[in-house]
Amino acid sequence: MGCGNPVKRLMAGNEAIARGAWEAGCRVGTAYPGTPSTEILQFLSEYPEVNAEWSPNEKVALEVAAGAAMAGARALAAMKHVGLNVAADPLFTLSYTGIRGGLVVITADDPEMHSSQNEQDNRHYARAAKLPMLEPADSEEARRLVKLAFALSEEYDCPVLVRTTTRISHGEGLVETEDRRESPLEIKLEKNPAKWVMLPAYARARRPLVEARMEKLVRLAESFAENRIEPGDRSLGIITSGVAYQYAREAFPEASYLKLGMMWPLPSELFRRFAGMVDRLYVVEELDPFLEDWVRGLGIQVIGKAVIPTIGELSPALVRKGISGKAAAGRPVTLDLSLPPRPPILCAGCPYRGIFTVLRKLKVFVCGDIGCYTLAAPAPLSALDTCLCMGAGIGQSFGMEKALGEGGPRRVVSVIGDSTFFHSGVTPLMDMAYNHSRGTVIILDNHTTAMTGRQGHPGSGYDIRGEAAPAVDIAKLAEAFGIRRVRVVDPCNLEETEAVLRQELAAEELSVVIARGPCILIPEAREAIKPALRVNLKICAGCRTCLQVACPAISYVRQAGEYRTREGKVKKRKGYSQIDERLCTGCAVCRQVCPFAAHREPS
Amino acid sequence: MVMKVTNVLMAGVGGQGIILASGVLAKTAAAAGLDVKKSDVHGMAQRGGSVLSHVRFGDRVHSPLIPDGETDILMAAELLEGLRWLPQVRSRGRVVLSTQRILPPTVTRGEQAYPEDILEKIKRRDPRAIHLDCLEIAQAAGDVRTATVVLLGALSTLLPFAQRKWIELLEREVPKKAAPVNLVAFRRGREWAKG
Repeated sequence: MGCGNPVKRLMAGNEAIARGAWEAGCRVGTAYPGTPSTEILQFLSEYPEVNAEWSPNEKVALEVAAGAAMAGARALAAMKHVGLNVAADPLFTLSYTGIRGGLVVITADDPEMHSSQNEQDNRHYARAAKLPMLEPADSEEARRLVKLAFALSEEYDCPVLVRTTTRISHGEGLVETEDRRESPLEIKLEKNPAKWVMLPAYARARRPLVEARMEKLVRLAESFAENRIEPGDRSLGIITSGVAYQYAREAFPEASYLKLGMMWPLPSELFRRFAGMVDRLYVVEELDPFLEDWVRGLGIQVIGKAVIPTIGELSPALVRKGISGKAAAGRPVTLDLSLPPRPPILCAGCPYRGIFTVLRKLKVFVCGDIGCYTLAAPAPLSALDTCLCMGAGIGQSFGMEKALGEGGPRRVVSVIGDSTFFHSGVTPLMDMAYNHSRGTVIILDNHTTAMTGRQGHPGSGYDIRGEAAPAVDIAKLAEAFGIRRVRVVDPCNLEETEAVLRQELAAEELSVVIARGPCILIPEAREAIKPALRVNLKICAGCRTCLQVACPAISYVRQAGEYRTREGKVKKRKGYSQIDERLCTGCAVCRQVCPFAAHREPS
Repeated sequence: MVMKVTNVLMAGVGGQGIILASGVLAKTAAAAGLDVKKSDVHGMAQRGGSVLSHVRFGDRVHSPLIPDGETDILMAAELLEGLRWLPQVRSRGRVVLSTQRILPPTVTRGEQAYPEDILEKIKRRDPRAIHLDCLEIAQAAGDVRTATVVLLGALSTLLPFAQRKWIELLEREVPKKAAPVNLVAFRRGREWAKG
């Protein structure tokens, strides 16, 4: 180990963002969990100086952070790319009001859609909202640029966006750390309607300030230290940023680079200067031709999306192939796609398995939502028919009910998880109550935000630090909307769940069915795990019905043999089911679907 | 320590501890004064999906992803995952493999067969591939959950870092109570690979 090196720590981008915010004196941090952004707030909550919280959704997160900034505190709101759609409303007008304390908004984009429903390119938001955006290319830059973002935010009186992508947020690299410095700004309330009240008259007065600010920021971008030319071989010049810069450096270590740390506004003069330095000019960027369009608009000859894919993540190989036409490592790498895949599936013991087994049997159209339960869509469960965005399922099912007319409410239901319900399912449920729906809304209450790693939410009873917090009573909330039919079921009890759903589908008014069962990964459920079930191999017919519940603990063994029917006859079978005792939690959904009563609790 | 970039690809199934293992490797390399990058995809992984972690270290590392076909060492905690990522191994690259089999859903449902000739295919790429029954060794070490740490011990024999550094970082990364059994598991894996 080298002596005298500064202490460097290995950190994921998300941890480095939290570190940078803490070093910058950040006092308030807000977020709704969403891959790949979730860990930012988890790390930030570990710093005692930061008042961190899970917000019910991204709009609330940004508004709380904005309020803190108005009072003079440095504040950060973090969200995944689609979360910024939810927070866009306050964002666009915060661009007019400005802030007092620094306000940094992190948008974590997900090229390749590792854990997302789309791969929108949020760089467009910076341009549309007329706000500066910084983009780090590794963990150390993430720390540094977040600190810079706070400073810029106060200097230019506006929120500053910092864009990461999955590989930056979850990729780990070495980070140099510095100490925290408190912001010198005084915390106080300042009445200033012309700045804070965006009545049309006041907003019109703020409007030219926005343009003036962006002009100033353009001048900054031209000399911004994080927009740097890295001279190399003059025959090839590459304009790039973010993780795409790393891929390009890997593929073409000798080339000349214009590496941008500020994604908006863009430095036109710097582009011209760099273009003049090199023979062939390329833009290497993930997703949309955001930089390329700008550079071409300057009249500069440039190659970008003609050779670099617009869809999905880039890689060193894609960059190399795009620019030189040659495969990496001298040979193309082909993975064998015929190998059995390993997609994510609902955990053994997941309470959702029961409700979707019933819904499949009822043959209704299921408007789904975003969460673990979206995994009920693929075969063999095949029991979820839509997934659009957070909270969309309820509104979609109501729209279908209206379109279908008489009989519609019996054919369609919506299913939404508790965290997603608090995020954006409350208002569409209110709509159904107000506008005379006769439909059925199923709320899957597993007491946590399961998909992103079990974070708290307004119904979970604990906050981001694990401390007790008030929990929303979903049944009472529905009653307060005027909904009279509110039922609670145990989704692992198939008979009860089916009976209740049949009654509510037939009912002539709106019903809410709360399917209550804790996520099998939270302590409350782990403590209540029951002994594993077994398959009685003497009577298992090998009919495979139990495999349709898609439980990872159940497998089919292809081995011919015999079994005994209820009447005592001996029959031939091609194989049998078995249960992995290490995985089974005793939920007994499989026992309830077995036509031969072969699954049983241990005696 | 001066070295060109080494690429280690670590594959397994959600819940096996691949992220822990890649973290220990990355931190061990960082402690040796090297530049390090590590990349893995989380999110839906804990629900039984494939888990893949890229670890790269050397004088200066740019891409967080290992370029296609440039994996120097593939460490796989499960046979099928080893086979899945084998094409990424460079010529004369090495493979360290646990012989554990975890059946994917299409296999448990009887729709697809689990490939039977995995070890042969892997040995065609790396005739000296290290393959060991990590579950059994972990069980003997005292806790079957340390299987991937056994594998990490085997992997450590292919890398230039001192055993005490590995042990130091491993101890820091696992829960205090579980440290002793993890250290035993690591040593057993390392000894096994040294033969």
